[in-house]
Amino acid sequence: MKSLEDLKKIREEMQQKINIRTGDENRTRVVVGMATCGIAAGARPVLAALVDEVSRRKLQQVTVTQTGCIGVCRLEPIIEVLEPGKEKVTYVKVTEEKVKKIVSEHLANGRVVEEYTIGAAE
Amino acid sequence: MKELALNILDIAQNSIAAGANQIAIAVRESVAADRLTISVKDNGCGMEPEFLAKVTDPFTTTRKTRKVGMGIPLLKMEAEMSGGELRIESEKGKGTSLTACFKRSHIDRPPLGDVAGTFMVLIQGAPNLEFTYTRETDRGAFQFSTAQVRALLDGVPLSEPDVLAWIRGYVEEGESGVL
Ligand SMILES: Nc1ncnc2c1ncn2[C@@H]1O[C@H](COP(=O)(O)OP(=O)(O)O)[C@@H](O)[C@H]1O
Ligand SMILES: [Mg+2]
Repeated sequence: MKSLEDLKKIREEMQQKINIRTGDENRTRVVVGMATCGIAAGARPVLAALVDEVSRRKLQQVTVTQTGCIGVCRLEPIIEVLEPGKEKVTYVKVTEEKVKKIVSEHLANGRVVEEYTIGAAE
Repeated sequence: MKELALNILDIAQNSIAAGANQIAIAVRESVAADRLTISVKDNGCGMEPEFLAKVTDPFTTTRKTRKVGMGIPLLKMEAEMSGGELRIESEKGKGTSLTACFKRSHIDRPPLGDVAGTFMVLIQGAPNLEFTYTRETDRGAFQFSTAQVRALLDGVPLSEPDVLAWIRGYVEEGESGVL
């Protein structure tokens, strides 16, 4: 059972870690399109998987955020990776499986997964 | 949508876009009355009566690039196809309350799906807003509020993945207690 006691434990662990975060300008942002089109195409499990994977791999420099319609509804779910000083990478028709690879290859090791990008899909 | 929980996510995104800081989500289910009702209530910017009259029509939206705002018309259609209806009450400057009811046993009623997952994603996207979730069945009610968790967290953001995972699990377990 998940209890309020478990939550207090999480709080104590977090309170120790929270001050040693990377500054905003050095963070990588991963943006997920969560408008009606994205949600209908499966963006919710994709977002949940992203949050889980990023936390499991302790990628402290990565922030996962949500946005509205990214603009190409037929290619949803879409996620964008914005790394400081690099060109934006757009991944399309993302699934929970693809998320695992995007996190392990791109976010953890800096290697763009070309086959999932919008360039490869068009 | 494959699950009503996805409609809930979509409708609650409207509340976030409307600048609400309090959003109350409820799922009420009665086997005895053969009803399933979902509702989303917010204290956002609200809508003028003339606009409200148009939002259930798929040829209205505030977005300029795409003529068709689909979220509300889609849910209305799903409700009406399952022997139910959609009601919206809204007041400019005060907020909006949307209720969709379904005939529970209707063959075209979409499954409820993963409401805990929806709830987690909403909090992830808007960790500073207060959400409540009520799940009511013939057997009882479960209630969850972010305000209560926030107080316990003492400054730790609700968007922390470990906190989100806890919320998801807690809601899943709480809901299953009234099923
Ligand atoms: N809770 C709300 N508060 C204020 N305005 C709302 C709310 N829900 C919907 N609206 C208005 O109705 C419009 C249509 O909503 P919707 O059918 O979900 O399509 P979309 O969100 O894609 O525009 C929104 O763009 C918004 O202007
Ligand atoms: Mg909408």
